[in-house]
Amino acid sequence: MGRQVSGPIPDTSVFDLRLSRRGRRLNRLCEALCSPKERDAFKRDEEAFMSRFRLTEAEKTLIRERDFQGLIEAGMNIYSMLKVGSATGNGLYKMGAQMRGETYEQFLATRKISGAT
Amino acid sequence: MARIVGGIGLSHVPSVGPVVDRNRTQEPAWKPLFDAYVPVREWLARMKPDVAIVVYNDHVADFTFDKYPTFALGVAETYAIGDEGFGTRPLPTVVGDEELSTHLAEALVYEHEFDLTICQELAVEHGFLVPMNLCFPHSENSWPVKAIPLQVNVIQHPLPTARRCFRLGQALRSAVESFHGDSRVVVLGTGGMSHQLQGKRFGFMNEKFDHWFMDELERDPAGLSGITHQKIMEDAGAEAVELIMWLTMRGAAHGKRVHRHYYAPMTTGMGLITFEG
Repeated sequence: MGRQVSGPIPDTSVFDLRLSRRGRRLNRLCEALCSPKERDAFKRDEEAFMSRFRLTEAEKTLIRERDFQGLIEAGMNIYSMLKVGSATGNGLYKMGAQMRGETYEQFLATRKISGAT
Repeated sequence: MARIVGGIGLSHVPSVGPVVDRNRTQEPAWKPLFDAYVPVREWLARMKPDVAIVVYNDHVADFTFDKYPTFALGVAETYAIGDEGFGTRPLPTVVGDEELSTHLAEALVYEHEFDLTICQELAVEHGFLVPMNLCFPHSENSWPVKAIPLQVNVIQHPLPTARRCFRLGQALRSAVESFHGDSRVVVLGTGGMSHQLQGKRFGFMNEKFDHWFMDELERDPAGLSGITHQKIMEDAGAEAVELIMWLTMRGAAHGKRVHRHYYAPMTTGMGLITFEG
């Protein structure tokens, strides 16, 4: 068996079982957001919603601060994060710009055809 | 005997969904993508498939990390349109092919020893629906073909190897050909191409890699299936590992290459390649 994942890749997170275990609470919260009822509950009272999923204080802070890179490092899967992004008015490109350390406009300027959003 | 009439490798970018739903396909930024599918739809009209087997991945919509199957096959009568966190798209329910998918499950597990997760209930999302939108325009209440979802874990490592995905495609071809009905089947391998959606490397693309991948997919798919996840992630971005699903399509579709297109406007290389027969 060859090594499929053999070493770290710069500026890249590889969502493996270690990371997935670490992000268990965060990802369960995100998974719930696939229901309109739960999205309403999240938007109505984010704090209560986070407590319901037993997030640690550090995890809650990452969501409160919309710290997307921090959430990835804490084990939130990128596709889970899209659901939190959507519920908080942060689309993929906004989250991406923040992870790159750029403004949304700066990020769009790096794209070939930025109308394809 | 049922047969594979063609295979299509194509990307499943989620932003395409709302573009279809809001009739924005002719906007300048999107037109090049949709124009590429005009000849593909004409070709499909000549190939007359009854069934599309869609090799795709769920993006934490109907499958969650509580239980995330490596390979999962739908055997249901119908498949609901899923809500992946942004609401349910206004699309007709997908009609499956119970008889063919039941045969595939038995043939793949017994004959080819692929131990699949079998799904009697499965809601499909953009990984499945965007490729369907691109290839098969739907009417208000129906799709022009039946469809069978074949879900692959490409989001939580350990993922199946590229070679395993290729072999699954070869097994799928043989399983289709041993079906007693006379179905005409097209296989869609979806995902990618180059993209990375997290970290400082967000937005990374590699057009050169994407063209190389399509060259090799056509020329030497067995050789290409030796590629590691590491190599794909390094060269094309962490989320580009979805490309291993194109190898399942190519394992099933042998014939000559018919169409090829590439468009990369934002953060994902959107490739398209078709094989006939």
